[in-house]
Amino acid sequence: MKYICLGYIAPEKFENLSETELNAMMDECFSYDDELRQHGHFAGGEALQPPQSAATLRWENGKVAVTDGPYAETKEQIGGILILEARDLNHAIQLMSQHPGVKAGPFEIRPAADLSEMIRESELRRAARPESK
Amino acid sequence: MPENAAEPVRKQLDALYRAESRRILATLIRLLGDFDLAEDAMHDAFATALERWPQDGVPASPRAWLVSTGRFKAIDALRRRARFDASKEKIAEQLESGSGAAAEVTDDGIADDRLRLIFTCCHPALAPEARLALTLRQVCGLTTEEIARAFLTSPPTLAQRIVRAKAKIREARIPYQVPSPEELPERLATVLQVIYLVFNEGYSASSGASLTRADLSGEAIRLGRLLVQLLPEPEVTGLLALMLLQESRRAARTSPAGELVLLDGQDRSLWDRGQIAEGIALAERALRSQRFGPYTLQAAIAAVHSEASDTGSTDWAQIVVLYALLARIEPSPVVELNRAVAVAMCHGPAAGLALIDALLARGELADYHLAHSARADLHRRLGNVAAARSAYEKALALARQEPERRFLEKRLQELSEKK
Repeated sequence: MKYICLGYIAPEKFENLSETELNAMMDECFSYDDELRQHGHFAGGEALQPPQSAATLRWENGKVAVTDGPYAETKEQIGGILILEARDLNHAIQLMSQHPGVKAGPFEIRPAADLSEMIRESELRRAARPESK
Repeated sequence: MPENAAEPVRKQLDALYRAESRRILATLIRLLGDFDLAEDAMHDAFATALERWPQDGVPASPRAWLVSTGRFKAIDALRRRARFDASKEKIAEQLESGSGAAAEVTDDGIADDRLRLIFTCCHPALAPEARLALTLRQVCGLTTEEIARAFLTSPPTLAQRIVRAKAKIREARIPYQVPSPEELPERLATVLQVIYLVFNEGYSASSGASLTRADLSGEAIRLGRLLVQLLPEPEVTGLLALMLLQESRRAARTSPAGELVLLDGQDRSLWDRGQIAEGIALAERALRSQRFGPYTLQAAIAAVHSEASDTGSTDWAQIVVLYALLARIEPSPVVELNRAVAVAMCHGPAAGLALIDALLARGELADYHLAHSARADLHRRLGNVAAARSAYEKALALARQEPERRFLEKRLQELSEKK
């Protein structure tokens, strides 16, 4: 089963770290990612650029409005996501507890939702209405 | 079949249900991998027994019969549903091909299943109030209505809490397992916390007109006994000791009029000697392990009180030492407050007062009514009437429970009479 792990970080936590400290932390994290990969637990993941780089879209008054910055202005922001392949929640917790990134900020572990049934039903509905695009 | 042949079987099944239904449910959840399916299967199995046993006779191992009947009933039910939902057939096949060994019902296996159920219901990924509700419903077998009444919530709210927790177990795939030895200490702490919360809710209801709800405390003690039997870790033993020693004072803790009676005013002849003896023996066993924690230390403190015939002859020096140990392994301002009260008993009110004032100055206990009432009490003993009065008033403004409020009002009344 896939679990999406949202890794949160408080950017100001890193401002006071020396380059050596920062490098040491990065090395630890990347090497654990490699370990996850070797055992087939790393099903994907990306690091995110800082929240200032974000654009947020929302539906407002019948059209899309674009604003700068992240959706929620909180002290801790999502710094990266990791898609984890694990047997069950205990296995996911066990794997992510050993990830050095947990020392930099909390991980939120969310099971991936299986929408295949919903998509199949939607396809049937759409097939029954050939005029719609 | 004549009616009179069914009657003894019905009685036997009633008794079996009371004694075994939780064990059977725990095993069926493992075999079927689903709480709701297991619950339906168990009820189907008992219903089938009621039909068949009067004719076929009671099987040699009723529990194993009920488990395997429940399992087949669940597979049948899935097959019937498979006519409308093809995915159910796959589940039914998987369950049917499940290895015979997995379906076998041994006593060891059953003990493991009960532990699995406890650890799953108390999983830290579930909301704390959901852990309580789920444990009382699934492990203790209380009805939703009984749990709602005990926690002063409405049955629909409570039912929804349980439904959501079961959905989370299914959707996030919380496994049905006893944690590994590395994970055990932390996960066990969550289980013990649930049991102690149930006990305290029954021993000292956090709000409302009545001071205690005895049935919840009884349920917590039953859970504690079960856990000691399944997993005899020192802290499990320590928690059971603590609950028994506190419970032993129940009759002395409230006056016939429902007023709160503090330890030094309690009629110790009302203390339950049987519970005290059992509690002390368990506390000693846990202490001897050298791997004890906060529950065992609290039990040891309660045991010292239980051994004394009154407050004057209590070994306060030993209590001060035990609180200091407790403060070291589990630092908390409430523990510090209790240590201060013990110091006051040992070295006089002024020594205790200095500690409480320092604690209050740190701000952590400023809103805790017991800190102010302890301070008031020490001022009263020192004859500082004005300081005692203002501290009792502060405590009264913060206390939420009726009997505690009446107690503080009475103390204030006594102070004005003195003047």
